[in-house]
Amino acid sequence: MSAPLIALEGVEAGYGPAQVLFGVSFAVNAGEVVTLMGRNGMGKSTTLRTLFGLLPARAGRILINGADLTGAPPHRIASAGLGYVPEGRQIFPRLTVEENLVATASPGRGHGWTLARVYALFPRLEERRRNMGPELSGGEQQMLAIGRALMTNPDLLVLDEATEGLAPVIRADIWTALAALRAEGLAILVVDKNLEALLRLADRHVVMEAGRVTWTGSTAEVQADPSLITRYLEV
Amino acid sequence: MARMSRLRSPGAIALLVTLGFLAALAVAYVQDSTYWMATLARMAALALSAVSLSFLVGQAGLVSFGHAAPVGIGAYAVLIAGEFGVREVMIVLPLAFAAAALFSALTGAIALRTRGVYFIMITLAFAQMAFYVAASLSAFGGDDGMAIAGRSTFLGERILRRDHGLALLAIGLLGVGLFVLGRVTASKFGLVLRAARDNETRVRALGLATYGHRLAALALAGGVAGLSGALLANQAEFVSPSYMNWHVSGQAIVMVALGGAGHLVGGVIGAVAVTLLDEAIGHYTEYWKLGLGLVVVGAALLRGRGLLRRIVGGQHD
Ligand SMILES: Nc1ncnc2c1ncn2[C@@H]1O[C@H](COP(=O)(O)OP(=O)(O)O)[C@@H](O)[C@H]1O
Ligand SMILES: [Mg+2]
Repeated sequence: MSAPLIALEGVEAGYGPAQVLFGVSFAVNAGEVVTLMGRNGMGKSTTLRTLFGLLPARAGRILINGADLTGAPPHRIASAGLGYVPEGRQIFPRLTVEENLVATASPGRGHGWTLARVYALFPRLEERRRNMGPELSGGEQQMLAIGRALMTNPDLLVLDEATEGLAPVIRADIWTALAALRAEGLAILVVDKNLEALLRLADRHVVMEAGRVTWTGSTAEVQADPSLITRYLEV
Repeated sequence: MARMSRLRSPGAIALLVTLGFLAALAVAYVQDSTYWMATLARMAALALSAVSLSFLVGQAGLVSFGHAAPVGIGAYAVLIAGEFGVREVMIVLPLAFAAAALFSALTGAIALRTRGVYFIMITLAFAQMAFYVAASLSAFGGDDGMAIAGRSTFLGERILRRDHGLALLAIGLLGVGLFVLGRVTASKFGLVLRAARDNETRVRALGLATYGHRLAALALAGGVAGLSGALLANQAEFVSPSYMNWHVSGQAIVMVALGGAGHLVGGVIGAVAVTLLDEAIGHYTEYWKLGLGLVVVGAALLRGRGLLRRIVGGQHD
């Protein structure tokens, strides 16, 4: 068996004096869709930031394809095959849609993403290809952030609250796109609030509570035990 | 639309600017005005420096307050090479480019570890160091500076001896500089610089190291500024530490801001405007630049606020 795509082993991290993550461990294998669930403020975004080297890991290890990249700069972690769709989207406001997609693209590797394929996945982006980032709706910005991450040709797509604050129709478009990516064999690590959509999309789930992983299991296990949801997820 | 964007292509803009300068030079030549031929040479050289600074400020988001340093280093390259008997343009210009690019890369390697106002201050500090080093070169005139051995030659011919020859060289270099920097801006490399200007962390989290791109941008812009300095030295036939004075750096920023940092050609517009104003009223008062500086800063602040409103206003879902 080959090494998982990513593995966090006992990762601790925080902001200044405040420790937020306490020994977080989980892994994502090739082609797998895994969710990171938990109530607000439990440390999901912090886990992703630490994974990408945007926040230093104070303890533990971060392995990518078996290689120890703990403490590596973000660009090395990302170019090891991780595509980041950050919370709040954060597209490049002074670039056009097409420039946003091309600027950080690394063509000719991984799943072979091109402009044409991103436009086929999100036709709205092609219509707006010459528009500047801030002229887009929230949903279009989100599609752009996903397209931009795909253009880095990652082995694992990482999404933080990708449907947050979007109209239901646009959300549905995004879930459809993620299902299509999954069908192509792309591994996905996703943070979101929409449980039904997550259960439809994902193979496995990692639940966080106050900076710790408190439960992991398959979609079937979640569906078999509804009390899990009230215990870990409902406010 | 298609027509507009073709006119905005780097080649078209470089060609238009070159033709504009050549037309002005033709008029000056026919009128036999050495004053205007010399002024045009100077204007084109200053425009070249402003264009390279515009590339840094407008495209890469690197506000260097030490742009006079690579300009001055290019000028000293002409002076020092001349003292060693080397006056050939084909040697002196590459030398000026290389020396200025090297200085910009070495100081940039340190300056790029800072951001924002600290970057402005550290580039200013490095330029001041270059200024004092130049002032201490007693073999090359020290504080006072000294006359160059003679204008550069081209393949052994003394074609820069007359001002129209020098102006032609300056205009040619400005055209090439605009074209090359324009192409770089439009390239993937330029796109990375512009993305990093918007959000550096985001670029890194998407897998690209921004440091190397920015260092290369600094070296390239520094080298082009060195060419400008070599032209200015030939025009004045004199080189002194004042080339590297901090208010020369400030004036370059004023040129870029005045012409608009959003496009490289703004550097040309700003340089032409400042040079013409200097020629028109600089003889009466030296303080007009202070007023101009205030106007430019005010305009930049107002425009900055307008920009902010556009960004904030456009981000509603
Ligand atoms: N930039 C920050 N500075 C300080 N504390 C932060 C910062 N971001 C998040 N936190 C804190 O870290 C904890 C986890 O936050 P976060 O990872 O954003 O949670 P989640 O994504 O699960 O909602 C919270 O207590 C939050 O207040
Ligand atoms: Mg979050």
